[in-house]
Amino acid sequence: MEKELKILKYSDLSKLIERFHAKGFPVLAPVRKGKVVEIELVESLGDIALDVLLSTQSAKKTAFPKVEKVLKYTLAKSGVTQHPVDPDTARETILFGVRPCDASGFKSLDAIFGEAPGDQFYLKKKEKTAIISFSCPEADEYCFCTSVGGGPGNTAGSDLQFTGIGKDEIFVEILTEKGKQIAAIFADLLSDSPAGIDKTKFLADVKVVFDSDKVVENTSASFNNAALWLEQSLRCIGCGACAFVCPTCACFDFQDEQNTKQGVRLRLWDSCGFSLFTLHTSGHNPREVQSQRWRQRIMHKFSYMPQQLHVVGCEGCGRCSRACPVDMNIKEHLTAIAQVG
Amino acid sequence: MEQQNIYQPYLMEIEKITEEAPMVKTFRLKFTNEEEGNNFSFRTGQFGEYSVFGEGEVTFCVASPHTRKGYIECTFREAGRVTTELASLNEGDTIGFRGPYGNIFPIDDWKGKNLLFIAGGIALPPMRSVIWSCLDQRDQFKDISILYGARSVADLVYKQELEEWKERPDVNLVTTVDPGGETPTWKGDVGFVPTILDRMKPVSENTIAIVCGPPVMIKFTFPVLEKYGFSDDQVFTTLENRMKCGLGKCGRCNVGKVFVCKDGPVFSRTQLKDLPDEY
Repeated sequence: MEKELKILKYSDLSKLIERFHAKGFPVLAPVRKGKVVEIELVESLGDIALDVLLSTQSAKKTAFPKVEKVLKYTLAKSGVTQHPVDPDTARETILFGVRPCDASGFKSLDAIFGEAPGDQFYLKKKEKTAIISFSCPEADEYCFCTSVGGGPGNTAGSDLQFTGIGKDEIFVEILTEKGKQIAAIFADLLSDSPAGIDKTKFLADVKVVFDSDKVVENTSASFNNAALWLEQSLRCIGCGACAFVCPTCACFDFQDEQNTKQGVRLRLWDSCGFSLFTLHTSGHNPREVQSQRWRQRIMHKFSYMPQQLHVVGCEGCGRCSRACPVDMNIKEHLTAIAQVG
Repeated sequence: MEQQNIYQPYLMEIEKITEEAPMVKTFRLKFTNEEEGNNFSFRTGQFGEYSVFGEGEVTFCVASPHTRKGYIECTFREAGRVTTELASLNEGDTIGFRGPYGNIFPIDDWKGKNLLFIAGGIALPPMRSVIWSCLDQRDQFKDISILYGARSVADLVYKQELEEWKERPDVNLVTTVDPGGETPTWKGDVGFVPTILDRMKPVSENTIAIVCGPPVMIKFTFPVLEKYGFSDDQVFTTLENRMKCGLGKCGRCNVGKVFVCKDGPVFSRTQLKDLPDEY
């Protein structure tokens, strides 16, 4: 649809949350929890940490929770009984105040879980989530969205996007049909946007540091460049923090939990950075050393996903670098890969 | 209708357990829901995720041929957590099965050709599905040869079927055990699979070779096939990487741009050469 442009007053923002609740929509938004910022259910605007650069973890858990039940069964002498787990139990939810890189991160997950046969656990939750992103007035040294096709005002994946313009005004972009329905809830608070508003004036300046196409090209050609992967991953301890904070990482594991009478099968986040990820029972491990596992992380995002699903699996949010306990910096590593050869 | 929960298995009853070798068993499984069983079909080469409820899932190929309906079989070695639990089950117990997943051996393309099956150890089960699928329509194929090797005589699986294949005039079966693995009464060959294959001097013309075994066997078998003129398009194998979902989503069996579960597990050697060495 053709996008619609409106103006909303900052002072009316709290009414939005109230009205969403009145309509029965839970609101998920960034919330300060000590040193971290989590995406959580909020009661009012006061709960929301709108001034933070980014939540500590991405917004992916909205549709792809860290732990999710996919099976339930009872065990008896007479046999096993399965109790169907309905993937479609989520309520229509508003994801509010996330950044453009979080909204666009869903396109990787959409591609992975949407490929036939579709994973309804993800798809139903995603379908029922409306995303109101806030563009970025600031960025830090870890941000590199503009190098991977995004930007501080990128609207891809958002249903609505808010940009603060001036003291009491928010520039509202209504981007999708879903966004239009949500905007209808506060239509009376919106006024028509004057022509010629240039939102880029209000956005952070995120410099392009590398050419994403070049990274894709060089990654694909560098599989056997063992020195490159070793050098970049020498200090990697394989903790998997990068995957857990990443908006596009979708690898998962299943684990059963049971007592003597009943059990559940859980789907849990996993990471290709873990040494056990690919370990065979025989002891054979196709990715035996950490440099191979680092290579997999980069190749999957910049070579395999573009080839398989026509999407680059990185949004340039920089969370992996911020979370890394040994200070590996993906922006620097990708810049180095762009310069290979 | 679109499948709601793609991770929910069928319930299967263990109808029959056969002890194949030390720590190796075959389960014959039938669908507890008859309608599900009637609607189920697979093609040789495909695999599934077998559940022990409370322990988790494990990946095996379907070891029975698609030409025989009403049941599926799997053969496994007791090795890890789930297979150990699986091995402790009895006839009449219930397990789960998700599948069939993955691609197939293109046996329809092989009609009118000679087939040479080369298997090592516990890799005979995936091959057994293809062998019977071909033997059940024997007139469609020319010469059928099977070379099967195991570490020792005790480790040979499907001993009864090996006898059956040996008796058949339309099958050329060669069995071998690793040096030191023979018994005083062993009548088969002694030697590693690649050595015995070399001695067989396989004819490559109009022949398809299907190879499945431990990585080291495959590594030394391919050069022998090359020596006898087998092109990469004439050689097929089935890969087994660690898997969880079986549907190309969990990321585990990713090798280069393919997922073994979704794009494989069957690959021609031509396709294999296109993959990085991560399997």
